[in-house]
Amino acid sequence: MELLGQQLTAGIASGAIYACVALALVMIYQAIGHVNFAQGEMAMFSTFIAWQLMRWGLPYWAAFAGAIVISFAGGILIDRLVFRPIRTAAVLTQIVMFVGLLAILNSAAGFIWDFTSKSFPSPFGANPLLGSRLVSTHQATMVIATFVLLVLLYVFFRYTRVGLAMQSATENPASARLVGVRVEWMIALGWGMAAAIGAIAGMLIAPVVFLEPNMMLGILLYGFAAAVLGGLSSPGGAVFGGFAVGIIENLAGTYIPEVGGELKLTIALFIIISVLVVRPTGLFGATHTQRV
Amino acid sequence: MANLDDIASGFGRTSDRGIDDGRSRDRQVSVAIAIGTVAILALLPFVLHSFFVFQVTMVMIYAIAIIGLNLLTGFNGQLSLGHAAFYAIGAYTAAIMMDSFGVSYVWTLPAAAVICFVFGFLFGLPALRLDGIYLALATFALSVATPQILKISLFEKWTGGVQGLVITKPDPPLGLPLTQDQWLYVFTLAVTSVMYVVAKNLVRTRTGRAMMAIRDNPLAARSMGINNPIYKAVTFGVSGLYTGVAGALGAIVVQFVAPDSFTIYLSVALLVGLVVGGVGWLPGAFFGAAFILFVPNVAEHLSKGLSGAAYGLMLIVLMLVMPGGFAGAMRLASSVLKKPPV
Repeated sequence: MELLGQQLTAGIASGAIYACVALALVMIYQAIGHVNFAQGEMAMFSTFIAWQLMRWGLPYWAAFAGAIVISFAGGILIDRLVFRPIRTAAVLTQIVMFVGLLAILNSAAGFIWDFTSKSFPSPFGANPLLGSRLVSTHQATMVIATFVLLVLLYVFFRYTRVGLAMQSATENPASARLVGVRVEWMIALGWGMAAAIGAIAGMLIAPVVFLEPNMMLGILLYGFAAAVLGGLSSPGGAVFGGFAVGIIENLAGTYIPEVGGELKLTIALFIIISVLVVRPTGLFGATHTQRV
Repeated sequence: MANLDDIASGFGRTSDRGIDDGRSRDRQVSVAIAIGTVAILALLPFVLHSFFVFQVTMVMIYAIAIIGLNLLTGFNGQLSLGHAAFYAIGAYTAAIMMDSFGVSYVWTLPAAAVICFVFGFLFGLPALRLDGIYLALATFALSVATPQILKISLFEKWTGGVQGLVITKPDPPLGLPLTQDQWLYVFTLAVTSVMYVVAKNLVRTRTGRAMMAIRDNPLAARSMGINNPIYKAVTFGVSGLYTGVAGALGAIVVQFVAPDSFTIYLSVALLVGLVVGGVGWLPGAFFGAAFILFVPNVAEHLSKGLSGAAYGLMLIVLMLVMPGGFAGAMRLASSVLKKPPV
């Protein structure tokens, strides 16, 4: 029983990381209708920017805010430069664009800041929380931060003019344009927000996994799985999916003997796909109905 | 080379049936181009440096894999990020048969084809429930799982575990005066030609039209009496078959298989090749294969530290200039050169 408790706690701690990334993925899915494969690299790059700002002597929270602002601008810039010209191109073309973006960001980060891993400070400290050796104060704060982010997003999408306009711009661009929504700017805003959330996720994750250009590759897999499991149209689902993936991964590694350790990720993905076969749009995703 | 020319002209014969004169002349022109290309390609290994011969062989092998992906994604509308798995199964089938059972390399290809078809078909069944990005996740999971499964200690006796397997290069048969590389090139060229012609004909048949109808409008396809689930699962199988044969050839040519050669990056590379070549255009596979093989090298050459960025930049610029890949560029070029067909 104690082992189960420990594994659940460890699962929730790593789940918080996945939930952050999943949230950023869902965010951009809401804005552009595609899954951004470069999201992890964008987050990594933003975190490096924060690190660089701190190197130049800025205090933590100033660097934190600075990185968010720069990422927001960077997200909009990427949309304007790279994705706006191919808005009408096929889905696959856009996916290849993401691959290109991923390669550029990864390689550029390696070039500027090299590939050695760097420690990233946490303002909450790495002391164990309430005597538990599995969860640090930082990780506990991360869980809370994820929920705060979720509530803020919910309020933004549900109750603000801009949030509603953004949703309408993805749902039905033509009608949105007719009622005066500036669709192009809404998409750009979505990119900016996704980049900013990615920056927050990156800065929360970096103290746990260390900062280096490849830090997000593995995490993005889990974040992707979490977002799809929860349903890509639901931020709450993404957060739930993140924790679910974290817990499933830990329990599978512990309780399925022999292959558990080697095939942790495989088993987690297998379970996720089994769920998807039963519920093809994810646990909390809206069912897509089509008029014939 | 007589057998290759036979194949090419056989392609011409079957395609002339019931087509009016103008189309038939077009057909003859394209057959002539095909024969010419194959003939030139067949002569290449005798004039080129042996490393380049190896690389062109790899281009053809990747092209077969991309044709397989194109049948699934381009013609049937099912997105896959998992084709590295089929490639791996084909490669391991060949390697294990040659290494553990001493089977001749020629017979590993049909075996890989059958195994990958069955596997693709079986994977295609649950995939029927999933669409778009959810299918992408399922196939993505397949890609992620493959290297891990290949490393399991349980199968180490056959797969060689993390170390992988080393295969010996086959000698040319009948005492032909060719080097091993030259022979493998010719062998690959023959296999590629056959696979290409079969794919080309497949998409022009009733089956091919059914595949495309499902892609364009599943509901309309079903109301026309097409059995969507069977066609989708079989397409998955055929796609797996192509990629598996490519994998088997790849293992023979590279002489080595190891779990970490078949990661998600291979799947992504194949997808990039597909899009660069042109989705839904079979000859595009060769352009795409050349792109994924040579462009990273060029990028490396431009700048050591920023090779990834150079590659990404070339990819993005290419997509901005020709969003439809080489297929789109070709279509544009031909519509400029002659009046578009009405």
